[in-house]
Amino acid sequence: MGYPHPPHAKESVVLSKHFGDAGARTYAGWVERGGYEGLKKALGMTPDALIEEVKASGLRGRGGAGFPTGLKWSFMPKNDGKPHYLCCNADESEPGTFKDREIMRWTPHALIEGCAVACHAIGAETCYIYIRGEFTEPYKIMEAAVADAYKNGAVGANAMGSGKRIDIVLHRGAGAYICGEETALMNSIEGKRGNPRIKPPFPAAAGLFGMPTTINNVETLAAVPHILMRGAAWYKGLCLSNPKSTGTKLWSVCGHVMKPGNFEVTMGFPMKDLIYELAGGMRPGRTLKAVIPGGSSVPLMNREEAESALCDYEGVVEKGSMLGSAGFIVMDDSADIVYEVYRLAKFYAHESCAQCTQCREGTAWTTKILERMLHGQGKPEDLDLLLDLSDNMTGKTICVLSDSCAAPIVSGIKKFRGEFDAYLARAKGPAVAV
Amino acid sequence: MSAAQGAAPTEAPHEPVFAGKPRERLEALFPKYPTKQACLLPALWIVQEERGWISPAAMAEVATVLGLTPAYVRGVVTFYTMYHTHPVGRHFIQVCTTSPCHLCGSDDVVKALLKETGCGELGTTSADGRFTVIEVECLGACGFATPILVDNDFIESVTPERVPGILAGYR
Ligand SMILES: Cc1cc2nc3c(=O)[nH]c(=O)nc-3n(C[C@H](O)[C@H](O)[C@H](O)COP(=O)(O)O)c2cc1C
Ligand code: SF4
Ligand code: FES
Repeated sequence: MGYPHPPHAKESVVLSKHFGDAGARTYAGWVERGGYEGLKKALGMTPDALIEEVKASGLRGRGGAGFPTGLKWSFMPKNDGKPHYLCCNADESEPGTFKDREIMRWTPHALIEGCAVACHAIGAETCYIYIRGEFTEPYKIMEAAVADAYKNGAVGANAMGSGKRIDIVLHRGAGAYICGEETALMNSIEGKRGNPRIKPPFPAAAGLFGMPTTINNVETLAAVPHILMRGAAWYKGLCLSNPKSTGTKLWSVCGHVMKPGNFEVTMGFPMKDLIYELAGGMRPGRTLKAVIPGGSSVPLMNREEAESALCDYEGVVEKGSMLGSAGFIVMDDSADIVYEVYRLAKFYAHESCAQCTQCREGTAWTTKILERMLHGQGKPEDLDLLLDLSDNMTGKTICVLSDSCAAPIVSGIKKFRGEFDAYLARAKGPAVAV
Repeated sequence: MSAAQGAAPTEAPHEPVFAGKPRERLEALFPKYPTKQACLLPALWIVQEERGWISPAAMAEVATVLGLTPAYVRGVVTFYTMYHTHPVGRHFIQVCTTSPCHLCGSDDVVKALLKETGCGELGTTSADGRFTVIEVECLGACGFATPILVDNDFIESVTPERVPGILAGYR
C-alpha cells in the first residue's frame, strides 16, 4: 500500500517527510535520513535539560487533551528508587483519526527514537507501545523495526553505547476503543479488562503496575527527536496564530472530501484551506454542511464556524468545538445529521466499558431514542429527553467517554435542529415505546 | 445435561495449546513484564492463532499457565471484541460502518459482502463454513474508506465492485 498523495505546497512536512518512502523503515535507512541523531544527543543530556527543552518548545499532547508534554514529564518523581514506565498510546480508535497509523507504517524508527528519548527524560527503562489489535500491518512493521533497533544497539541493555538500558515492548490490543483512555490502557497491559481507573492517583504517582508512569501519544513522541535536533526555538516558531499552539500537526481529513488523507500543517493554519485546498474540497455540486474536527468526541461545527476557524487548540475552541485528536469528519449537504449522530451514539454505546451508570445507560438510551426517531417513531419530547440525558452524561463519570457521546448530539441538536424536527414531524401514527 | 434438553455440542478433549512452539513463544514473553498476568492478552492471541477461537477449556489452560482463575480469564476474554468465544468461518471478515465510513458508502460494501459470501446476515457464517462477516467500529483508516479486515489482512478503499475480486483470494 502506497501513500496516496505527494505533499501539497502548503504543507509543512516534518513528521510526514518520509511517508511513502519504504526505505525509511529500516534502521540503516532511518540513519541515512538523519535518524537516531536526536536520541544520541538526548542520551548526552541530563533528564532535566531534556525536559526543559521540550517544555520550551511548547509541544502539547497530540492524543486528544493537548497537555504540555514537558510539564507532564516533569511530574515524574526523581530518585525514588522505583521502576518507571513509559506507555506509548498507539490505540488510535477515535472515529475520523488515522495519523498514528501512518507514522508507524512509514517511520517506525521515528517512534522508537521518540520513545527512547522520553524514557531517558523520565527515568524509565521500559516503554510499552500499545497498538490496537486491528492494526495488523503497522504492528508487523513496528515489530521488524524494533528488532532492527535492538540488533543495531539503538535500544536494549546499552542504548547507543550510553550504558543506559532502554527496552521497547510492543503490546497488542484486542478490540476496545476505551483502551485508548490512559488508565484503561494500563489495565489492559496488566492483563485486565480495560476499565478506566478513578483519578487520583495520577499515572505519574501510581500508573502501570502501580509505578510512576508517563503516557504519550504516538505523534507526540515522534515529534520529540525533531525538537532536539532543530531546537526548541525552531519548534516554537512554527506557529501561525496563538503562541500556545506550536509546531506542526498531522490532520486526518475524511468523509465528504475529494482527497481524504493526512495533511501536516503548521499550527494556526486556516481550516478553510485545509478542507478546500489540501483535502480537495467538496464533491462537484455539493456544499459543506458540518465538520466534527476532533475525531468524533467533540461538538459539531457548522459551515460558518468551520470556514472561519484556525487549526490550533485555541482556534477550534473559539468556534465552539475542540481540537481533540484533530481528525476532521467532513459532511456535505447530502449528509443526514440525525443518522450520523445516531451512528456515533451507537459507537459510544458499543464502546462504553459500562462501569458508570450515566455512561452505560446514557449511551444506550441515547442510541435507542435516536433510532426510533429515524424509524419515524419519535415523540415530541424526545429532543428535550436527549438533551437531559446528555446533561447527565457530562462531567459525571470516571472518564470522558460519556461526555464524548453527548458532545456531537447536543451540538447536533443545537446547530441542526431543523433536521431533528423534520424527523419528528414525519413521525407516523402512535409512537411505540422502546 | 440430558440429550432431551438439546445437548451442548460436545467439545473434543482439549489438546493443550501451550506445548512446543506456542509454549516457547509464551515463555519468551515472561521477561518482558514484571507480572505473569500481564502476559494474558498476548497468551490469548497465541491461543486464537493456534485454534481459531478461545474455548472454555483453553481459557482454563491459560488460567493455569498464568496462575489466574478460569472465571477471571473469561472476564477478560469477553471484554475485548477481537477474541472469539465461538468458532468462526475459515475467513473472518470485519467491515467498518462507523460514521466516517458510512458517509463514504460502507452500507453498500456490507451488502456486497453479505451477498458474495452467502452469509446473508451480519454475524453469521456462510453455509460452506468459509466466511463470517461482522460489522465493526472505526478501524482507524477512515481516509481510506471503506476498510475491511479479512483475517489479518487489512484492505483499504473497498467498494462493492471490488468485493468479488477480493473474496476470490480466500478459498
Ligand atoms: C475514551 C478515550 C479514548 C482515547 N483514545 C486515545 C487514543 O486512541 N490515542 C491516544 O493517543 N489518546 C487517546 N486518549 C487520550 C489519552 O487518555 C491520553 O490523554 C493521551 O494518550 C496522552 O498522550 P499525549 O499527552 O501525548 O496526548 C483517549 C481518551 C479517552 C477518554
Ligand atoms: S465514562 Fe463510560 S467508558 Fe468511561 S469509565 Fe465510565 S462507563 Fe467506562
Ligand atoms: S470510521 Fe471506518 S475506519 Fe474509521
